Amino acid sequence: MPTKVENWKDEVYGNEIREHLMEFAEQGWDAIPEDEHDAWFERFKWWGLYHQRSGQESYFMMRIGTPNGVIKPGQLEVIGEVAKEYATGPVDNPEFGEAYCDWTTRQSIQLHWIKLEDIPEIFEKLEAVGLGTQQACGDSWRNIVGCPVAGKDKHEHVDAWPVAEDLHETFKGNDDYSNLPRKWKVAIAGCDEGCGQGDINDLAFEPAEKDGELGFNVRIGGGLSRKEPRLARDIDVWVPPEQAADVAHGMSSLFRDYGDREDRFNARIKFLMDEWGPEKMRSVLQEEYVDFELPTAGEDMRDQYSYNTGSQDGHNDHVGIHEQNDGNYYIGLNVLVGRMGADDVLELAELADEYGSGEVRLTQRQNIIVTDVPEENLDAFTSEPLLENYSPDPSPFMRGSIACTGTEYCSLSIVETKNRQVRYARWLKDNVELPEDHKDFHIHLSGCTASCAQPQIADVSLRGMKTRKDGEPVEALDIGLGGGLGDDPRFADWVEMRVPADEVPGAIKNLVNNFEDAREGGETFRDFVADRDEETLAEMVEPEETDYHDPYMHNTKMTWYPYAEDDDMQSSPAPTDGSGEPLPSDD
Amino acid sequence: MTTDVHQLDDGAWISVNDSREVNVSDLWLLARSDFCGCETTDLLAEGFVEVGVDYLDIQARIAGQCISCGESGVTDWLTVGRVVDPDSGEFHGVVHESVHFPAKRTRLASPKE
Repeated sequence: MPTKVENWKDEVYGNEIREHLMEFAEQGWDAIPEDEHDAWFERFKWWGLYHQRSGQESYFMMRIGTPNGVIKPGQLEVIGEVAKEYATGPVDNPEFGEAYCDWTTRQSIQLHWIKLEDIPEIFEKLEAVGLGTQQACGDSWRNIVGCPVAGKDKHEHVDAWPVAEDLHETFKGNDDYSNLPRKWKVAIAGCDEGCGQGDINDLAFEPAEKDGELGFNVRIGGGLSRKEPRLARDIDVWVPPEQAADVAHGMSSLFRDYGDREDRFNARIKFLMDEWGPEKMRSVLQEEYVDFELPTAGEDMRDQYSYNTGSQDGHNDHVGIHEQNDGNYYIGLNVLVGRMGADDVLELAELADEYGSGEVRLTQRQNIIVTDVPEENLDAFTSEPLLENYSPDPSPFMRGSIACTGTEYCSLSIVETKNRQVRYARWLKDNVELPEDHKDFHIHLSGCTASCAQPQIADVSLRGMKTRKDGEPVEALDIGLGGGLGDDPRFADWVEMRVPADEVPGAIKNLVNNFEDAREGGETFRDFVADRDEETLAEMVEPEETDYHDPYMHNTKMTWYPYAEDDDMQSSPAPTDGSGEPLPSDD
Repeated sequence: MTTDVHQLDDGAWISVNDSREVNVSDLWLLARSDFCGCETTDLLAEGFVEVGVDYLDIQARIAGQCISCGESGVTDWLTVGRVVDPDSGEFHGVVHESVHFPAKRTRLASPKE
């Protein structure tokens, strides 16, 4: 029997949702019939709007999908203006102020505290410069990810940007693919560094050569969500760039038709891959969904991958100053936990215009890249005061930090994340020395098993949990070690569970010290973990209270907003009207 | 009125009559449960796997972990609250910190059509 969500989607879904959304926005929050809230909020996701968590009713998270993370000249300024004007909530965030943008691990943008009534104006402003929220969430083609410097990278073999753009144009708003059983995540990259992160996507195009021609090998069924992480599997298909859209059509149609619509927990294509295996996946694709002979896989470049490999050699991310293929430079700026104040966004837009082409790009490590900077502008640009906070040469602990949204706004999360990870990074920077040969050390904090911070592919993986301390429930984290990508990708081993959140920095300090003492020769952290059993590793993680102070140990999910002076759920102003004034309660 | 119950957002919460009523991340104490070997299971609710109605009671099976012993799994059916006024649909959640007794279910969560 189809799920309720499927029934709602059968009634209204895809492009047609917009008309209803605009009507509701014009009439105000109260216009959404109370007994249709769940159905409409599920549908609004398709237009990039996610109803915020309990206690924040009537406010939405808005996600803007920027394919491949490319923000064209003129767009960043509008993003900053929209954030400043519309993404201000009832209470400021103590670390980030009143309005900010989140750069996500899928090269998208998230704004919070968006009011329904403001959506038409926001859409108008975004669409005027070619930005949009369509299919940023919901059961459809999501934002396409890839190498963030596609088209500019010296390590590139195939320029994947026009292919990504073509896929975006072909599959966004296309009614044939607008109602899939679940989300559909696609990655495409043409460089030899592996920064497309194809291994954790539903459909991945990776650079490969076949008979002297450059194109892509195809992998299917990766993903990290729940406690079921999967690496995408090779289906032995190579495709030239001009036929990538045909294979993408075939695979997303196959998913549309064969994906499980009766159990949303089993709907992602990784579960169909579990059931079928790569050979059947290939044969069904060939026989039912493409009208040309699929070539077998070409020779890939995975043995050259350096991105997130823990090798401490080559590109592990895009932070820093790097020469482009045209002689200009791109400068990757570190954005701690991906959150940037709206005023800073506006200032960066000006700087990108002044020193570069005005284009910026988002990475899958929640950072931002300013592209097309001529060599003669480098000194002046990197001397700008803004770059003191968004450094191209940050501490490894600042550089390696990723955090999801957490209980600040998200229904799924178990713990507070972004502000906590900011505090962790600062404390680690001041108190922990990595071995000199370790410049990259990734710590990812995800509030729950949905894994939006991609914890399984970090050196140190943190996942939201609870425990009791002195009998009282407190926020805690499971600690995993040794995850990463590359030719031989590996998910973290979860070695120490339910560590009180205020003991995690001490645990990481002890771990790093124990690693330095016990490592053999030039052993990298990732190899060190791979070569030891879980018990040995668990002994090296010694949770300990330190002078680190964690203000979020209580159950932040029980608050209406964790940083409000009066955070009691009953004190929430929500739901509010279009001007932010509380609406009368039915009680 | 009929009572409409479902779990949404990957089981992050239970909706009763289009109102978010029961959330993940709370701790539930379970007694006489075969979830784990602990005398009392100190269960962190990580997701609602199934929801159902036993007349006025709203029930759910919760995916989670005992934070005392670390055992993970899915509970038997637990009463998570009650529609106290079927006419208005008014719902009162149980106090999750109290002790609960999960039960095997003998009727279908969703009646056959």
